[in-house]
Amino acid sequence: MTVVVKIPTQLRPVAGGEAEAEIDGATVQEVLDGLFERFEELRARISDDDGSLRRFVNVYLAGEDIRFLDGLATPVADGAELTILPAVAGG
Amino acid sequence: MAVSHLECKECKAQYPLEALYVCERCFGPLEVAYDHARSQLDVGELRRRIQGGPQNIWRYADFLPLAGGPPGPSGRLASRVGLPAGCTPLIRADRLAARLGLREVWVKNDAANPTHSFKDRVVSVAVTRARELGYETIACASTGNLANSVAAHGAALGLDSYVFIPADLEEQKILATGVYGTKLVGVNGSYDDVNRLCTELCAERDWAFVNINLRPYYAEGSKTLAFEIAEQLGWELPDRCVVPIASGSLFTKIARGFEEWSELGLLQGSPSSGSTETRLPRMNGAQAEGCSPVASAFAAGHDVCRPVKPSTIAKSLAIGNPADGPYALDLARRTGGSVDAVSDEEIRAGIALLAQTTGIFTETAGGVTTAVLAKLAERGDIDPDERVVLVITGEGLKTLDAVRGTFETQTIEPTVEAFHAGVSSAVTV
Repeated sequence: MTVVVKIPTQLRPVAGGEAEAEIDGATVQEVLDGLFERFEELRARISDDDGSLRRFVNVYLAGEDIRFLDGLATPVADGAELTILPAVAGG
Repeated sequence: MAVSHLECKECKAQYPLEALYVCERCFGPLEVAYDHARSQLDVGELRRRIQGGPQNIWRYADFLPLAGGPPGPSGRLASRVGLPAGCTPLIRADRLAARLGLREVWVKNDAANPTHSFKDRVVSVAVTRARELGYETIACASTGNLANSVAAHGAALGLDSYVFIPADLEEQKILATGVYGTKLVGVNGSYDDVNRLCTELCAERDWAFVNINLRPYYAEGSKTLAFEIAEQLGWELPDRCVVPIASGSLFTKIARGFEEWSELGLLQGSPSSGSTETRLPRMNGAQAEGCSPVASAFAAGHDVCRPVKPSTIAKSLAIGNPADGPYALDLARRTGGSVDAVSDEEIRAGIALLAQTTGIFTETAGGVTTAVLAKLAERGDIDPDERVVLVITGEGLKTLDAVRGTFETQTIEPTVEAFHAGVSSAVTV
């Protein structure tokens, strides 16, 4: 499964300046792990020490917040779009 | 000017006063930091300067994040530039208090702003800062009231504006936005979908999204509600504030406003300058049951909110994924307050209660707040001697559907006989 991960502007400096990355994986967790392997510095920016997402990070699969799906265990389809965004916006 | 820099609320990393809202290190929210040089502060002089200022939020310019001071050629003209907000009435509501078994209830009626909601405060600050930063286009993700305010401020200041709303918003709020000539975009989805879309667009457009990339400045505008309440109470704190919660920004920033003034010694009975001890009112948050991620987390003892899909008549509070949820929870707990939720039926009853005891017609969000106050009073949470402030954030004319069908009109022929025959007893209200 190859997924397109959209990287927010705030994280692009530690992602080689890229706005997107194509990553293989069967679940959101696997895709994020693949992303962290490619850009090691990203891990500490969006993950806590225990591997969960920091509380101010939102991840969307095809526009849906993964917390309404199966969280990090959510399966991903080939060609799906995974978007990482800051949680603190709006209101 | 006391404004100093942007600072991450989580890891304390510092950033320049630009259109930034997220910490690059830890993704935490940025907020504005000030350096008030407390040791040189003359409290009496500062109070006099505030009282001599314009009759709007720019009287508090010392506590707002503008590099160039209040807008306009001079402080005196500030009240005439753009669409000045604030200085709304604080009304002593004895009939409401009596109905609830309380002695002292005040209503802060923020429907009395230019576009009839508290959003004019935050938009005034964000848009003024956006102009300082050189932006020519303003934008927002809105549940309705913000849409009205951004569109109107764009018109008043000659800025292009883009307003993004959930497509199913109340008709009154859509009409009261489009009239200003903004570019209005209805999005098929919830507010949280609109917010996600705008967060993505924010990265590719050179626009000032008031509640995204300008959010640190925007949020500061809500402190002026606290400043006004304190000033209107004679430089005193209330004992308790009941405030609606959508994202949690208003709730937390009202407390921040009280805290700032308390720290500076501007309030009666507050510690002398130099002390770090502060006092706060008990802070009670109000949500609708159909969108109560913060109230649910409060009840469950959680530190973070689990997002929900909103379904409530209180559309202006329908944020299922509240950005400041964790901070709102912490504030309610450390001040001995709470976050409560009420049903759509209670919201309608809240609108009627406020209207019939104070003459103030509020929108559904105000119905939520009033209903939560009634719930707290009924539960015995409020000491009858407390001084309570109910923060009413918006206007009833914007959500007319909520009161449709809740009373009857008697129609008669225009004759005295018809009146005697048809209106034998009082008209039901």
